[in-house]
Amino acid sequence: MNFLNLCVQISFILIGISLILVFFRILVGPSNEDRIVALDLFTANGIAFFSVYSLFYMNNIFIDIGLIMALIAFLGTIAYAYYLERRLLK
Amino acid sequence: MIEYLSGIFILTGSLLILISAIGILKMPDLFTRMSATTKASTLGVSLTLIGVSLTWLDISTFTKSITIIIFLFLTAPVAAHAIGRAGYFDKVKLWEKTLVNELKDKYDENTHKLN
Repeated sequence: MNFLNLCVQISFILIGISLILVFFRILVGPSNEDRIVALDLFTANGIAFFSVYSLFYMNNIFIDIGLIMALIAFLGTIAYAYYLERRLLK
Repeated sequence: MIEYLSGIFILTGSLLILISAIGILKMPDLFTRMSATTKASTLGVSLTLIGVSLTWLDISTFTKSITIIIFLFLTAPVAAHAIGRAGYFDKVKLWEKTLVNELKDKYDENTHKLN
């Protein structure tokens, strides 16, 4: 087992723990805005997870998933925030 | 040699991601949570992507990684601004130890414009 393999395994554990913690915030978040922030962070962690997974699986097609996830996360966050703000306008 | 550099980049990036996840769990307030997530997670994802593309040493992977990093750096502040604005108008509860609220009584509640 070389050094890079060890680093990939450790970073899988770290990113997995952080995904669980962020998902806990999505479940319990007191307001809807907390849930949206947590969802945004969840997608960012997903990008990092898939880029490390491309090293684990030795196939660099997995980087493309990060591109799509970054685009969709931004659009979703902006749409939710716009809806939450416009809902209060009189 | 480049293997060690890449491994150190990946480890630092995942540690920063873990720090931002702990921040979103432990911070007391929506706005402090946003300050923990936007900074640390952007830097963590960027370092992880740089480490991964250092291992591949491939022009297409490098271009995609740089594109993702530039896109994250452009969009994370915009998204945080939009959520913060929505949360302020939605009257999300501030932390009880908050000292300064400079926007108080400066916005019109009905039209969401500055007085």
